[in-house]
Amino acid sequence: MSKLRIVTITSVTKEAAGVTTLRFHDETEARPGQFYMIWMPNVDDIPMSISYNTVEKGITVKEVGDATRALCKLKVQDRIGVRGPFGNGFKIPKGKVLIAGGGTGMASLLPAAEGIGDPGRVDVLIGAKTASELLLLERARRSSNEVHISTDDGSMGKKGTVVEMVQKHLESKRYDIVLGCGPERMLSSLLKVCDKASVECQLSLERYMKCGVGLCGSCVIDGVRVCTEGPVFSSAELRKMKEFGSSKRDECGCAVKL
Amino acid sequence: MSSLEVIVGSLALRNPIMLASGVMDETAGSLIRVARSGAGAVVTKSIGSEPRKGYPGPTLVELDDGYINAMGLPNPGIEAFAAEMHDARSSPVPVIGSIFGSSPKEFSFLASKMQDYGAAAVELNLSCPHAKGYGMEIGVDPEMVSAVVKEVRSACSLPVFAKLTPNTHRLMDVAKAVEAAGGDAVVAINTVKAMAISAEIRRPILSNKGGGLSGPAIKPIGLRCVYDLHAEVNIPIIGVGGVENWRDAVEYIMAGASAVQVGSGVGRVGLEVFESICTGMRAFMEREGFATVSQMVGVAHE
Repeated sequence: MSKLRIVTITSVTKEAAGVTTLRFHDETEARPGQFYMIWMPNVDDIPMSISYNTVEKGITVKEVGDATRALCKLKVQDRIGVRGPFGNGFKIPKGKVLIAGGGTGMASLLPAAEGIGDPGRVDVLIGAKTASELLLLERARRSSNEVHISTDDGSMGKKGTVVEMVQKHLESKRYDIVLGCGPERMLSSLLKVCDKASVECQLSLERYMKCGVGLCGSCVIDGVRVCTEGPVFSSAELRKMKEFGSSKRDECGCAVKL
Repeated sequence: MSSLEVIVGSLALRNPIMLASGVMDETAGSLIRVARSGAGAVVTKSIGSEPRKGYPGPTLVELDDGYINAMGLPNPGIEAFAAEMHDARSSPVPVIGSIFGSSPKEFSFLASKMQDYGAAAVELNLSCPHAKGYGMEIGVDPEMVSAVVKEVRSACSLPVFAKLTPNTHRLMDVAKAVEAAGGDAVVAINTVKAMAISAEIRRPILSNKGGGLSGPAIKPIGLRCVYDLHAEVNIPIIGVGGVENWRDAVEYIMAGASAVQVGSGVGRVGLEVFESICTGMRAFMEREGFATVSQMVGVAHE
């Protein structure tokens, strides 16, 4: 069921400065890592990762543009349109999982941790610029016995980047898969770190999207549609993408440097 | 074994199943991907003189039997598109440059650029139903269409295809104008003017309000247009509208199309749509004793 339906906001939670979670009732089954196209009437229609994957679905929105600002102003009882869930989602293998999220990237990773349902099987590494931007920590602690934090400015947890933490973990422990989501520069170095340690990863990418269903081609990376063939890509797929970590397309389809 | 090879105007294609403009065709990577998926030719996104963002979302509504879209002609502009056309040269099939303009001069400027870029043909977008000053606003006037085709014809030596709108009672006059002005083929049909409204939100869903309907919902309309066009013009017809399996393609060809284009089918079926149509069509031709596609063209009129 990917057709548009109208849902009513049932709860609004401020997660951090400029970041809000909206919940709504939608019984459609979704896999961790999938996304919705969210229609804000009179504003826009944008892709949002599913951050709560129960019948009370959730999206966690960071204010970056008109549509996200409008979404963050919504109140309980307001209505929005949703299409989806779209995309492939994470394919979680057996064994030990390392989750690495930068900024709001955590929002699409937590359903994966919760889906595993065994806090001993998942380690979670959360990175943020600064303590006030750190997201979803308590929720991460409920789904993982081992949660570590890094901030760029050292205001909370370890000073440094989440990728540096990943590197340390891969050196000292054995993982079967690394799941990552965050800014693309972070993901690009995450892939390198995982490759160096010979650990497979699945990374969730973000691109400008219009249709969400694999038609318009706005979201392609090297001819691969992020909306239908992604947004989650394996190490092997990512290594083949020349545009990964280097450029993306703007609304006109022009290539712009990341 | 039956052959799927066709010649449309002067363009030789390995099979008659082309990618329609507007779908997976804004970048070289996408065009090559579709070409490698089995299309006989690929048509680019419609390119204009300047970069255009297109409309805010929603730009697409999904229905049971098709889509309504109003993308708003987003494109990187003809200058930036040079890089995509350059990289698309490794496409195993012809790349046809779709262009849109608001005047004959603008069309001919864009066409000569597409020629410089190595396009195998140009397709004139005279039919987009949702962009002010462009597309069908020009394409419903036979005199204007004639002026555009003549100007493009004199500015470039490429085959000139004119993509036409069904949103007019003058389709036959427009097609005859294309033929008289030296156009090499007509492409029919573009999307049908349409709208979707949300009962709960109490307003049209598309940000542009109106859009164009595509997919199986418009196949009967497209078939009728192609059938009528075949009786009126002698230049080749490329059939578009709701083609997603071999039967659809064969029906269009029997109505009079020399080739067909697939757009919505890429979303509804997937990129395998091209190969599956070709496989099915070849099997049908062998069962029914057609050695070539051209033997099927227009047989519904006999």
